[in-house]
Amino acid sequence: MSIRERLSGNEATAFAMKQINPDVVAAFPITPSTEIPQYFSTYVDNGEVDTEFVAVESEHSAMSACIGAEAAGARAMTATSANGLEYMWEMVQIASSMRLPIVMALVNRAISGPLNIHSDHSDAMGVRDSGWIMLFSETNQEAYDNMLMAHRIAEHKNVNLPLMVCQDGFITSHSIENIELLETEEVRKFIGTYKPEHYLLDRKNPIAMGPMDLQSYLFEHKRQQWEAMKNAKQVILDVSKEFEKLTGRKYELFEEYKMEDADYVIVCMNSTAGTVKNVIDKLRKEGIKAGLIKIRVFRPFPGEEIAKALLKAKAIAILDKTPLLSETGGPLYEDITSAMYTQKINIPAINYSYGIGGRDVTEMQIESVYKDLQELKEMEKPYRFLGLRSK
Amino acid sequence: MYNVKEIVANKPSRFSAGHRMCAGCGAPPVARMILRAVKPEDHVVISNATGCMEVSTCIYPYTSWTDSYIHTAFECTAATASGAEAAYKALKKQGKIPENEDTKFICFGGDGGTYDIGIQALSGAMERGHDMTYVCYDNGAYMNTGIQRSSATPQFADTTTSPAGTVIPGKMQVRKDLTEIMASHHLPYVAQTAAYLNFKDLYEKAEKAIYTKGAKFLNVLAPCPRGWGYPTEDLMKLNKLAVDTCYWPLYEVKDGVYHITYKPAKKLPVEEFLKPQKRFKHMFKPGNEWMIEKFQEEVDKRWNELLAKEEMTNKSK
Amino acid sequence: MEINNNTPWQDMTPGGTIYDAGNSKDFKTGDWRSMKPIYIEEKCKQCGLCFPVCPDDAIPVNKDQKRGDYNYDFCKGCGVCAKACPFGAIVMEEEDK
Repeated sequence: MSIRERLSGNEATAFAMKQINPDVVAAFPITPSTEIPQYFSTYVDNGEVDTEFVAVESEHSAMSACIGAEAAGARAMTATSANGLEYMWEMVQIASSMRLPIVMALVNRAISGPLNIHSDHSDAMGVRDSGWIMLFSETNQEAYDNMLMAHRIAEHKNVNLPLMVCQDGFITSHSIENIELLETEEVRKFIGTYKPEHYLLDRKNPIAMGPMDLQSYLFEHKRQQWEAMKNAKQVILDVSKEFEKLTGRKYELFEEYKMEDADYVIVCMNSTAGTVKNVIDKLRKEGIKAGLIKIRVFRPFPGEEIAKALLKAKAIAILDKTPLLSETGGPLYEDITSAMYTQKINIPAINYSYGIGGRDVTEMQIESVYKDLQELKEMEKPYRFLGLRSK
Repeated sequence: MYNVKEIVANKPSRFSAGHRMCAGCGAPPVARMILRAVKPEDHVVISNATGCMEVSTCIYPYTSWTDSYIHTAFECTAATASGAEAAYKALKKQGKIPENEDTKFICFGGDGGTYDIGIQALSGAMERGHDMTYVCYDNGAYMNTGIQRSSATPQFADTTTSPAGTVIPGKMQVRKDLTEIMASHHLPYVAQTAAYLNFKDLYEKAEKAIYTKGAKFLNVLAPCPRGWGYPTEDLMKLNKLAVDTCYWPLYEVKDGVYHITYKPAKKLPVEEFLKPQKRFKHMFKPGNEWMIEKFQEEVDKRWNELLAKEEMTNKSK
Repeated sequence: MEINNNTPWQDMTPGGTIYDAGNSKDFKTGDWRSMKPIYIEEKCKQCGLCFPVCPDDAIPVNKDQKRGDYNYDFCKGCGVCAKACPFGAIVMEEEDK
């Protein structure tokens, strides 16, 4: 039985966490993710969960405590944004290297500086190769659903990697939308109990974690992490299938919208996809074959699959909600063009940096991108800005 | 009654041989004796800061620890342990760990990982009251990376980042008093100790700390032959001189009440502690007498303050 | 767990976790020694001052609370024990003497 509700992205995430009932939540307030630990500590203090809530003194300690808890044999979760994620950066890498399936809610916000509390993806992009699985969410519903699938993916024996569920700050986190929730019992049945093979609190089999890993060993351990990341792809698909059976909501590595015959394609992530879909519907009425690829699984990056999905396009615009500070384009652009290259696909593809620091993304802007694509005959001016004031 | 022979004979070492700490290092005997204060039937989760102890006791695929052990990074030992302790509480509450099985949480960090880069995580974890014992083994500098000054380094010490130069003669600042900072957290138990009097002081304080509920802190002196510049065999002599000069007073603060656990019958001049160490060699050059005087003043000041605190807190008890 | 620098990545423990707690006993440190402690049993009063000071747990103590001869597999020859002995029951010698 599903429950119809109206919740913000943060509420939906906190509610998912309540249904998951993790053993430990360690978090530190930072806009726009603050509400998640706020709502959650209410559940704790009202006895609605079995969780120990650790109100740490920093994000660095939040991730450290999650590592300690997960290593001890418990399910640990946290939530953060922007500078908070940057502050825990060191521990983010250590969590994945220790192969601990910690789950984090990342409410995407621009990293400093200068200080800005609004949404872009610069926080997530800064940790994109930290060995975490990264799921992106267009809506509150997706943020909720991704969270419910997170532990099944992260804790799978072929994976054992931490996972973050991303959603756009304010746009998603603070906007109230209709949402369908599962019954808590169904959620718990779907997720199951956590049974790690080796953990610190196993007094009969004491272990040592986080050794000095010198020249003879670190390389091999890193290779194991890569294998786990590759394994995650199939696990994500399998878990999503199972979730679909339970809820009727279908999830894959990425979503294709009107892609069967699309000539002009936008690739983007998170909330912008909603705006793009509206524009596509409008353009289709005008006879323009516009399409969208919305990335759900950003790590492991489904490069080959995306490249193949782009095969029939005439021109592609890749939208990076990240400041352009590289000479070779934004992270999503680099990933996709690199995948196209290895698949021997040569279609004009241009990059837009957009929506920085919470800059509004309008339908008019998206329409202008499709217009650019229609005019694009060959690869020219690959690095562009969308919605930027300029002389 | 404390009987070291009985303790060693009946409580097996929980810190194995085959570790790669330097010959004569002051830290392993201390860590081993602290772990001997744990009841044999109790399990320990050890959280270790990056530092000498970590890089030489857990080198893949070997570990010297017979209990469960975790190292994550330099500055977050206390935070890591606080997560493990929270997990223990949660699992125990849910009945996933039997009621009669006890696990103790013990952190080990050097002065770099405790006084300096780790003080935030330490302060946070202690304030939150996690049931754990944080042990700082204080060797007075970043020894692991090659003897750089820390806030625990005594004044005038010659280190690789406070070298005794022709203009600046070593570290110019006095050392931070972390034991007092921890006492100001109003913890149930805070103590400063050293491997002295056949480890009695150390063992008894460790036992009290580990078996007092809540967040506890132990500051333990750990002489470093390499960083301090003395022959390896003089380890126990340095421990003794540090205590007998009152450079490193042995005391405890239990629920706010101070108790000096050892008062030397004859307080030795601090130069007796300084003299055997190369890091203070320049203080003994003609013309530098003021440095020894200044050092002595600081030791006296702190010792007198400690005596006053003892008197005051016992009076108001 | 037999892991060494020929072990392929597939056979290593994930995350570098070590499952054999206390297995550093398999790693001998005795070859670090340049000086060697010699135990003179006749002079030993079994006072218990030497064994707790050993950084390397190289002085075995039996259930009768009596020490035995050195475990030279681990003794690094620091000499702390010899200094701790008030009875001259431990003397330091050059390793290859």
